[in-house]
Amino acid sequence: MADQPTALERFVQGILPENPVYRQLLGLCPTLAVTNGMKPAMTMACSVAFVLLCANIVTSLIRGLLKPHLRIVVFTLTIATFVTIADRVLAAYLYQMSKTLGPYIPLIIVNCLIICRCEVCASKQSVFTAASDAVGQSIGFGLALGSIAMVRELLGTGGLFGIAILPAAWPDWVIMVLPPGAFITLGLLLGCVNWLEMRRS
Amino acid sequence: MDDTTSEKRERFQNNNLLQAWLVLTLALIFGIALAGVQAALGPKIEANKIKETMERVPEVVLGVEAAQKMTASGETLNIQSRIIEVDKKNKKKFYTVYEVRFQDNVVAGWVAKAGGQGYADKIELLVGIDALAEHITGLFILDQKETPGLGNKISDTVWRDQFIDKPTAGSLVVVKDKSQGASKIDAISGATISSVAVCDIINQTVSDIGSKLTSTKKE
Repeated sequence: MADQPTALERFVQGILPENPVYRQLLGLCPTLAVTNGMKPAMTMACSVAFVLLCANIVTSLIRGLLKPHLRIVVFTLTIATFVTIADRVLAAYLYQMSKTLGPYIPLIIVNCLIICRCEVCASKQSVFTAASDAVGQSIGFGLALGSIAMVRELLGTGGLFGIAILPAAWPDWVIMVLPPGAFITLGLLLGCVNWLEMRRS
Repeated sequence: MDDTTSEKRERFQNNNLLQAWLVLTLALIFGIALAGVQAALGPKIEANKIKETMERVPEVVLGVEAAQKMTASGETLNIQSRIIEVDKKNKKKFYTVYEVRFQDNVVAGWVAKAGGQGYADKIELLVGIDALAEHITGLFILDQKETPGLGNKISDTVWRDQFIDKPTAGSLVVVKDKSQGASKIDAISGATISSVAVCDIINQTVSDIGSKLTSTKKE
């Protein structure tokens, strides 16, 4: 247990040094699919944060009871439950947003970021460490989604959160809010992060 | 004797059901929790869906301005929904139709909910028909996943307003040359398939239920 990172280390690592999207390249399905606007991206980030936090806490609470060969079943079961709750809550209180996100909320179940955190951290460490790990990773995921969505929405529609920012003369680059824009933006930002990392070391 | 007890214990511990007790217990707990969530939120989600449709019905029948004026003056419309059944060659098709009446019980028109295949996914829309079932009074797109920037312009007011006052007799035709005509709808440039899809859904709906609306009125 001595070589396991502490709660603070887990928290800090998730934000930048082990950023889920830019460093671990996990959870790319929602990263590519819902970043055509800030609103859907932030809703997705919040949903993932809720699911990750709950799943990490539950997994950490029952870590003593887990059997190695049955752990993945337990993780999936836990994650699926919280995703369904998030999906229902969105449909009840943010109906339009839940229509916009469509199948991507249920697809959080297969977001490998969450199962990765259950496996790496929550199934081995205390509830407090698991929770701070979840918060750190969620912030990292939210930052990554936000940065991609910001570039795409700004260039694609000339605004952020649906509010116009660039002058009306800006020719909206529609491709940025279409699927190809997601790949282009992610690729370029990923390149930037790697370049910065190389310069630093 | 020691051997047999340890053997028994080992067999007991390797029992599949016993090993899965945690999975089974969790499944039970989570199942109950989810049932609770569904029981609490289910009616609200259902109400959201109905509310979205109901909010749009007046403006599809009367037009946006007239509908806003009505709400401002505090008047309300009576909206009753019913299902109209249409016999197709092999199967039956069901339309949800909203009958809209003014306070004095005069029919203002009908709104039919219809859907069909678009370019990317299913398009769901509301189409309004006037009291005599002779003209289209409006169109609203409830759900679409057409290409952003191109096909999703079917939701734009400017494009949808073309449908107002089009005759229900005869089919709507999509044109690309901006020519004007009683049944002509200008295609969205770059999204002809989406434009045609919307017209097809409307043509189909009107021909399916158009005659039934007035016939039930006489009853």
